Amino acid sequence: MAAELEDRLKALMLRGQAGDAAAWRELLTLLGGRLRAYFARRMDRSAASDVEDLVQETLLAVHRRRMTYDPTQPFTAWAHAVARYKLIDHWRRNRIRQHVPIDDVAEWLTEPETESPSARGDLDRVLSSLPEKQQRLVRDVKIEGLSLAEAGARIGLSEGAAKVSLHRALKALISRNSGVED
Amino acid sequence: MKTDDLIEALSMDVTPEAGVRPRLALAAGVGALVALALVVLWLGFRPDYPQAFGKPMFWMKASYAALFALAGFWCVERLSRPAGSGRKGLALALSVFAVMAAISIWRWTSTAPDARMPLLMGHSWRVCPRNILTLALPMLAVTLVVVRNLAPTRLALAGAAAGLFSGGVAALVYGLHCPESTMPFVAVWYSLGMLAPAAIGAALGPWVLRWR
Repeated sequence: MAAELEDRLKALMLRGQAGDAAAWRELLTLLGGRLRAYFARRMDRSAASDVEDLVQETLLAVHRRRMTYDPTQPFTAWAHAVARYKLIDHWRRNRIRQHVPIDDVAEWLTEPETESPSARGDLDRVLSSLPEKQQRLVRDVKIEGLSLAEAGARIGLSEGAAKVSLHRALKALISRNSGVED
Repeated sequence: MKTDDLIEALSMDVTPEAGVRPRLALAAGVGALVALALVVLWLGFRPDYPQAFGKPMFWMKASYAALFALAGFWCVERLSRPAGSGRKGLALALSVFAVMAAISIWRWTSTAPDARMPLLMGHSWRVCPRNILTLALPMLAVTLVVVRNLAPTRLALAGAAAGLFSGGVAALVYGLHCPESTMPFVAVWYSLGMLAPAAIGAALGPWVLRWR
């Protein structure tokens, strides 16, 4: 799984470095989901809002410093070093005493993304109100981090149609769950 | 800003950027020009310029400095990247120094005892490291700015590598001024002159190379 992900991310990175906007969007989306899990796992629950800030800062750093990725090296190690640097920098700036994370560089991106089994259950329950195709679309795009084009292809929709469908699905979810705290 | 919006905005801006090597090469070009200007305007060329280009010792000094510049470039090129290691560049610098030290010791021991000190001290040992450091500082400043905009994650090491790179280029240019022509002199005073900017770079790195 790690090797497969590495190949996929690396291919996207190379296309992004060459100026391919679609590949770049897909890479940042995929990384965003993985980074969220990585940071959430290593930060206090009280710092939940910091997690999203840190995800954004890291994506920005990945974007601005993308020319420092050397194609002869593994992409996973590069992205890990950027994420780790941002995490340590965050702790230093906020004077949080923490031990520097010792991660498995090969596996860090494949850590499970959902926080807990109960969160997974809640998600299933909320999504179950949607038609099956929309459920898959929401999962593929928002949780697995696929691009609209890819997720659309899985359920036989064009990118544009997938975008419209996803938008409707999210709107329906919000209106049905607006009474529920997020 | 929502993360999705951020991603959307970033993916609108994917014009390929200049890579690590061209940026560092630019820093070296600017640094060498400033060092050259300092030699021309401040230190002056060596008395036997331009006949010096015909002397083997001129090229020996130039090679020693150039190899250090190359080793520094190799280190900083790696250390400007996340998870990069400067080990190979450092190994090159250490091997070059080891060869130079061995030749110098051999020259020292094969010289009559009362001629040894002039061999080592030359005429300019007091100013040599300081002059090389002075020539290196402009390039060190430019290189640190370049590296800061890359993505170093080991800041003191990256700073030291930037200093070694600058020191090597500065020593190369300094050869146009410096008329010294013994191996022991170069092994000690040139090496110190190139190490000084590396030490300054190491000290400054954690402060000036931090990126957000």
